[in-house]
Amino acid sequence: MRHSPAPGAALLSVTNLRVDFGQREVVQGIDLRVAAGECLALVGESGSGKSVTARSVLGLAGSGSRVRADTMELSGRSVLDLSARQWATVRGRDAGLISQDALVSLDPLRPIGREVGDALRLHTRLTPTQRRARVLEALGEAGLDNPEVRFRQRQGELSGGQRQRALIASAIALRPPLLIADEPTTALDVTVQAQVLDLLRGFKERGIGILLISHDLAVVAEIADRVAVLSNGVIVEQGATAELLSSPTSAETRKLIAAVPFGRPRGVPLSHAARMARPAGEEVPRSSPRQDPPALRAVGLEKRFRLPGGKSVTAVADVSFVLEPGRTLGLVGESGSGKSTTARLALALTPPDAGEVTLGTGAWSRLRESERRPLRALVGSVYQDALSSFDPRLTTSDILTDALWKPGRSRHGNRTREVHHLLSTVGLSPDVLTRRPLHLSGGQRQRVAIARALASEPQILILDEPVSALDVSVQATVLDLLDELQRELGLSYLFISHDLGVVQHMSDTVAVMHSGRIVETGPTPDVFGRPSHPYTRRLLAASPRLPW
Amino acid sequence: MTPGWRTDGAPPPARWRVARAPLQLLVRLGGGIFVLWSVATLTFFGIRLIPGDPAQAVLGGPGSQASAEALAVARAEYGLDQPLLVQYLRQLARFATGDFGTSYSLKTEVAPLLLAQLPGTLLLAGLALAVAWLLALTVASWSTRGGRVGDWVGSGLEIVGAGLPHFWLATLLILTFSVGLGWVPPISTPGVPGLVLPVATLAIPLAGFLGQVMRESLLDALESPFALSARARGESERGVRRVHAIRHAALPGIALSGWAFGYLISGAVVVETIFARPGLGRTLLAAVTQRDVPVVIGVVLLVALAYIVATAVTDVASRALDPRRAA
Repeated sequence: MRHSPAPGAALLSVTNLRVDFGQREVVQGIDLRVAAGECLALVGESGSGKSVTARSVLGLAGSGSRVRADTMELSGRSVLDLSARQWATVRGRDAGLISQDALVSLDPLRPIGREVGDALRLHTRLTPTQRRARVLEALGEAGLDNPEVRFRQRQGELSGGQRQRALIASAIALRPPLLIADEPTTALDVTVQAQVLDLLRGFKERGIGILLISHDLAVVAEIADRVAVLSNGVIVEQGATAELLSSPTSAETRKLIAAVPFGRPRGVPLSHAARMARPAGEEVPRSSPRQDPPALRAVGLEKRFRLPGGKSVTAVADVSFVLEPGRTLGLVGESGSGKSTTARLALALTPPDAGEVTLGTGAWSRLRESERRPLRALVGSVYQDALSSFDPRLTTSDILTDALWKPGRSRHGNRTREVHHLLSTVGLSPDVLTRRPLHLSGGQRQRVAIARALASEPQILILDEPVSALDVSVQATVLDLLDELQRELGLSYLFISHDLGVVQHMSDTVAVMHSGRIVETGPTPDVFGRPSHPYTRRLLAASPRLPW
Repeated sequence: MTPGWRTDGAPPPARWRVARAPLQLLVRLGGGIFVLWSVATLTFFGIRLIPGDPAQAVLGGPGSQASAEALAVARAEYGLDQPLLVQYLRQLARFATGDFGTSYSLKTEVAPLLLAQLPGTLLLAGLALAVAWLLALTVASWSTRGGRVGDWVGSGLEIVGAGLPHFWLATLLILTFSVGLGWVPPISTPGVPGLVLPVATLAIPLAGFLGQVMRESLLDALESPFALSARARGESERGVRRVHAIRHAALPGIALSGWAFGYLISGAVVVETIFARPGLGRTLLAAVTQRDVPVVIGVVLLVALAYIVATAVTDVASRALDPRRAA
């Protein structure tokens, strides 16, 4: 029975793996070994070579790549120099892949049952009836409810968690002894993430070997037995999970651990650079509570959307909150909880069906757009997907010059000095000015987005998942930047995120959203320390965190 | 394609479906009638802008030496002495009953005249569409296999193809394959050989358009995450194309086919004239030169109708193929 191989047998063994794309060698001689019933985690920042490594052991490094190794074995059989035809017989049978982009990794035009059944169609001689039975079984093993129904549905009809489970089912349909999971939970909500990690843990206990690729140490700590830290294509540190996380020896590992925001109080820097500038432990001066009017206040907001077919759905119901000047209000919840609709209401991009948003200066959502436009400069916004919020043809310089325009100023005046000032405010060097968004790194892009939001000298920033698309270490630098800007410029933040760790680190007060309503709100330490609503408790329990 | 792949999971509630389907049909029908009415109106007034007397056209065209009395009789007979608005309303009323009038030049009923020409043009357009699809798919799938060179050659072929004007391509084909090689007749005789050049003339530029969009989405599909998961399951490169990519490539092609049908019918005017092939296109050209208003309007309405039907068919087809659009 291949499902439960002898414990300790090497399912994957690679020595001196090197991968290059022409000039650039992205993996520079690494050794990997995964035994049955074991989970090895490969962690590192983006660009460290971890995904390429995962794909290389399946012969899927991509076009233009060259993969070399001294030995490379799957289930004890060498897979060096396999032909395309031979690779096709190995993939899916000796190792299953749960790839990144869980939300789009199944063909949107084909029913789930067919996608999952493909592995069986390709590798076995089962009859269609037997295949169907096995597919239903695999869907069940992956924890999907109603396998019979899911079998006929397509990706678009499933939620994020269901899609990831379907993808897992397609990887385990053949019961391969090894699973390669590349960022299996990045796109998922915390509660769903917890369920998927549980599922993987269950596979491990049944003797399946797992090679887990992740940038998130908190996730890794939940499930991995051993961790290998990858930096610039080299393994810089390797060891048992608990040991490595509690007494890291390499600078890279320490950096990754420090970047995890969970449990780190407000104002403590997460990134190395910021810690150098302001040693940890030093008291961060916080502004004392003021008697000023709130920067932004929402009262009884409600928003309904009409569905095709005449029904309507209530996205936001009876939402009230107060954003104190110079403070951060964290809005946390899972996808579909109404966070982003709340952000749009706060920005007055969409009118509420009931309730009102007011600024410190007076009316806001009630104003007509023509009256509101002069005030828009006061409220800036930063979104998760910086790339698609830029015109791809503009350079950074164009983007910022545009943003600096104010009514009454010439569109084409020379604003080089102001642009340079904005750049230095967000910690970017002037050489990004001539580059287009596509050629910036994720962190740089988000800094440009923040600079653009600051151009109009706002008092309030609405930050909608501003760091969700970033690696933990890049996320750390951006969070530090936001924190610093708030202290220097006295900004008020409405900080929206699904990530409890990030929200806890950034917020003075927290509001937890669920199904369009705020179910719990209060000072951050209270909500996280003594959650009163069952949903908050469930969210907290599901959040992966470092074990100390 | 195996039967059963079209069965969608989670069908919309029965009540919703029953209520929606006839409504959608009605909206579609109303839209079609509106388009036909606009087309009839535009053509009716548009054709009056051409200088010359329509009564002259009735009596043998611009060259004829008709007497003033004869012209007056003709005007009365065809209602041309009435105010323009009356003529217009009368015409609409006749259209509503399916009466397209009498041809000025041929003196026969327009409807049977056009219906006799319709099958030839539909055959030409239908064949051209099929051949264009075949060419486009072949070039697209071949060129995405051959690395950078294939990509280069493929997009080059498509751009050149899409840019070829019909009259020039037709001349080139005639010179090469009829005059030079003598393989096929230069004019469209009945039978298969006579169809080869007209169909090729219409199909090649269209294949260029179709190929461009199909190759693009084929490449996207081949590099998509779901193609990666398919490969990771052990699907071969050919399997990834056959099972996954080809359908994604076909979707924009189908969406474009409704437009393509209109493009082919207008192309038929040129092609039927050059290859001396009987059909709607040639009838239209003759009618315009002879100011045969009833025939012109009849052809234009018929083409508009064909266009409406083609768009509806492609819409249904892409809904069937793309479950994301079905809802």
